[in-house]
Amino acid sequence: MNFGKQFKEGLITNNPVLVQVLGMCSTLAITTSIMNGLGMGVSVLIILTLSNIVISAIRKIVPDKIRIAMFIVVIAGFVTCVDLLLQAFVPAIAESLGVFIPLIVVNCIILGRAESFAYKNGVLASAVDGICQGIGYTLVLLVMCFIRELLGAGTLMDIRIIPEQFPIGMLTLPVGGFLVLGCLIAFMQWALAKSKNKEESK
Amino acid sequence: MTDYKNLKLIATSNPHIRNNETTQTIMRDVIVAMLPALIMGIVRFGVEALILTAVSVAACVFFEGMYRKLMHKPQSVADLSAVVTGMLLAFVCPVTTPVWMILIGDFFAIIVVKQLFGGIGKNFINPALAGRAFLLGSYAGAMTSWIDPVANKAPIMGGLTDVVTTATPLAYMKTGDIEGLKAAYEIKDVLLGTKIGGSMGEISAILLILGGVYLIVRKVINWQTPVAYIGTVAVLTFLFPKGSASGLEWMLYSLFSGGLMLGAFFMATDYATSPVTKKGQLVFGIGCGIFTVLIRYFGSYPEGVCYSIMVMNLCVALIDKWTKPTRFGVVKSDKKEAAAK
Repeated sequence: MNFGKQFKEGLITNNPVLVQVLGMCSTLAITTSIMNGLGMGVSVLIILTLSNIVISAIRKIVPDKIRIAMFIVVIAGFVTCVDLLLQAFVPAIAESLGVFIPLIVVNCIILGRAESFAYKNGVLASAVDGICQGIGYTLVLLVMCFIRELLGAGTLMDIRIIPEQFPIGMLTLPVGGFLVLGCLIAFMQWALAKSKNKEESK
Repeated sequence: MTDYKNLKLIATSNPHIRNNETTQTIMRDVIVAMLPALIMGIVRFGVEALILTAVSVAACVFFEGMYRKLMHKPQSVADLSAVVTGMLLAFVCPVTTPVWMILIGDFFAIIVVKQLFGGIGKNFINPALAGRAFLLGSYAGAMTSWIDPVANKAPIMGGLTDVVTTATPLAYMKTGDIEGLKAAYEIKDVLLGTKIGGSMGEISAILLILGGVYLIVRKVINWQTPVAYIGTVAVLTFLFPKGSASGLEWMLYSLFSGGLMLGAFFMATDYATSPVTKKGQLVFGIGCGIFTVLIRYFGSYPEGVCYSIMVMNLCVALIDKWTKPTRFGVVKSDKKEAAAK
């Protein structure tokens, strides 16, 4: 397996959020502050990697017909672990992420990677895939959080950057999430199309 | 003698009807039609109104020009559509809007709503209305405090600190305080735009109607949209007056206060965001009217023109599909057959 290629795919050319357009629910909902984005991103990264490893390891003994149910059981197990760990060690983040941590069980990115990658590839490749895709997801979350927290609330990591009367409050509302995500996806598609054109003209 | 050497020949497919009308001439007519209302705003609110409009127009033109330049696209500043957007956005903001705030609105209207979707003709909601909705969602306080043009003959630069604010006719109407409304403003006041507070470009209904009629006479807009819009609001408010007001009184107050005239003549008729067919424009106008009345009666904001037009903008594709005219040469039986398939 080509790990460099996998890394590039997870981050850019096959980014889970901006290119595969998966995991929209959590991306729109929790990206109002950097701490939230970091907590969510790292949680997904860990769960994705671990579930990819386990699913890849058991892929030969799982019957085809019940594979989705098996994936969910594996993912739910790891989500429960992470949920409890967050509640124990960083209760503030656990509280602000709320229901979105348990909802990782049905996060399309994790199920999607399990189905399209881990179920067909070896353990090591699946682990790398989990890490790369997780980093791609986390990066997008952080970019969105940065834009929305800085422009919408005027703060970064709860430190005030822009005086209180200026921030564009609408960006912290759900509609702002849609706007920012739409612009990011448009930008990504534009950049990808541009680099593809360049390659073709060579 | 004809100069055959420099004769320009144009190869086109039929129909071969040519007209000198361009986007630029259309937009110039719209700007001319808005001038009376702008002058009224300056007379009522002082030079701040002019400064706000000028800043907004300059910012819209700048953003449009910069975007087209940076993205290496054909320059489109000369079609004047950015000027219209800038004027309209300034018209629907209170005159006390800080300059930096209207710049944010201009940026959102031109870059996000218009240019990111491909520029003029490709935006799916009216940029000026989207800019206003964006500002209203972000700075609700500043966007809904209306200064009293009578108490502040010459408002001072620097925001809301020293000025006297007032309740607009719509604010009275929202609470159903008919007695207060009648005591504060006569129908003549809301029609002419004397005394009342409000957004700087929408206080004088009569001047906006004048501008609208000019646009219809110049064939820049069709009468269908504004007449259907205003007619729907008139009928609904006549049938369902609030409080002790008589139907006629309530209808006149409803028609002439707020942004109804500005919205009906200048915003709902935007080419890119309204239906193509005349039948579709009637449907569009009626929809706008129904939503405006519903928001004014049951919504949490006193005014519903902005949101109602935006909601109907989103329905335009559906309306166009629904009111598609029969193609030339298709007879009724063919159409039925096609529908049955």
